[in-house]
Amino acid sequence: MTDKETRMEALAQASASIPFRYKLSAVWLAIFGLVAVLFAVARFDTDWMLENVGYIAVGLRTTVIIAASAILLAIVMALLGALGRLSKNPVFFGLSGFYTSFFRGTPLIVQMFLVYFGLPQLGRAGPTWLRDLLILDAVPAGILALGLNYGAYMTEIFRAGIQSVGHGQAEAAGALGMSYSQTMRRVVLPQAVRVIIPPTGNEFIAMMKDTALVSFLGATASQLEVFRRAQLQGRADNRNLEAFVVSAAVYWVLTTIFTYFQGRLERKLSTGYIRDASAAGRGEH
Amino acid sequence: MDERPVVLKIEGLRKVFGKLEVLKGIDMTVRQAEAIVICGRSGSGKSTLLRCVNFLEDPTEGTIELAGMKLGGGHRTRGKRESIRQLRTHAGMVFQDFQLFPHMTALGNVMEGPVTVKKVDEEEARASALKYLDQVGLGEKADEYPIRLSGGQKQRVAIARALAMEPDVLLFDEPTSALDPELTGEVLAVMKSLSIDHHKTMLIVTHEMAFAREAADRLLFFHEGLILEEGTPEEIFAAPKFEETRRFIEAVL
Repeated sequence: MTDKETRMEALAQASASIPFRYKLSAVWLAIFGLVAVLFAVARFDTDWMLENVGYIAVGLRTTVIIAASAILLAIVMALLGALGRLSKNPVFFGLSGFYTSFFRGTPLIVQMFLVYFGLPQLGRAGPTWLRDLLILDAVPAGILALGLNYGAYMTEIFRAGIQSVGHGQAEAAGALGMSYSQTMRRVVLPQAVRVIIPPTGNEFIAMMKDTALVSFLGATASQLEVFRRAQLQGRADNRNLEAFVVSAAVYWVLTTIFTYFQGRLERKLSTGYIRDASAAGRGEH
Repeated sequence: MDERPVVLKIEGLRKVFGKLEVLKGIDMTVRQAEAIVICGRSGSGKSTLLRCVNFLEDPTEGTIELAGMKLGGGHRTRGKRESIRQLRTHAGMVFQDFQLFPHMTALGNVMEGPVTVKKVDEEEARASALKYLDQVGLGEKADEYPIRLSGGQKQRVAIARALAMEPDVLLFDEPTSALDPELTGEVLAVMKSLSIDHHKTMLIVTHEMAFAREAADRLLFFHEGLILEEGTPEEIFAAPKFEETRRFIEAVL
């Protein structure tokens, strides 16, 4: 063995005795160290960032309101869409087919503009009350577009979730005399939820980031979400890049927090699927 | 002549899957407290018959008469679906693969039908569900989820779930076929007690001939979609009229 090989071997031996967690921490520290170096090289105005992170983070309120409202709409649309895709009724099947095809086949930003500018145009043909109803502020228009768009994608998730519940379960419910809606509500959907929750969580995380697109619709001062605030503040002080980095960090913290809670919810949902009841809360599958 | 009231009447029942005629015209009557065992080779149509009785399969021809309702197959309009739903509340079904609801405890499974379908008061339903779980020997397991139960225990909960609806007839679709051999005994014991001690009306598809001998009033031998032979288990075991019956009995006994 050469000298070098001997040294490498000794290094590997030493490495093996260090727990994985410590090594992982070291990797993360190195990454953050590298980021700090990049900040210094780019001459980032970190003081400005610290001063303004509060102002930008306040936008989280609007961001979260948009995302939460839109995901609720998306869940309703996805459930209806999935039931339509699984329906033998040609009207429901056709409607949900059109819905998923259109909203998955066109860009989200185009849909936002259609909702924001197109709906009022449509309202002009109708009576005054309809016109007033169809003129939406940026935030409601964004919620509507995001909800419809994500609902179309989530239709597939819901359909797969419903189909993951064996046909025998619906038969057993039917044999008890349950109606279609009772079978869905009491037997199929509660089981489908376990399959639906994890990918829906991913969609929610993606949606929280897509709320930034609402800034393209403009927004009144009280409704500024994270990215819009970053844009305005950065432009005002000529600290554009700093503002974008701060907004990225804010989004990242938000999604990280949500990912943590999503994990806990998934463990809670596994009740009845883990043999050792005491392990249910700790996620020891 | 048998004076007991008729619970279930099947007339001219045919079932066709594509080109395959699985049932070729079944006529039979089930009287109160009768336990009828249906046997026959796989593919002879016995499970299909059971599934036609509660319309899990749609009869191609013929009628099912149960609890004052007489229904045939065909397009399911809103009214027809409601009639089928009504009929099903009078026929308790036990499946080969249990089909317990995994997200509910044993107790929850047994309460589900009465509470959701019959709108029975929850406390009342809980009390009677516990009674039925006791009857199948599982009162202790009321709060367990199905995944923590053995196959035999699951099937006994499924029987309690069917009993809780207080049906006019119990339909058993090969209730022990999915079980390990050492677990079939506990399920058969429960079924035997239902027939002998509780005088339940039962239609049972099974290959368990020893059970048939002890618990069945009548034995039907299905062959190629028809009832080939019927009689008391003693009659058929002692002197089968047909070669097919004789061979089947030799194979399973």
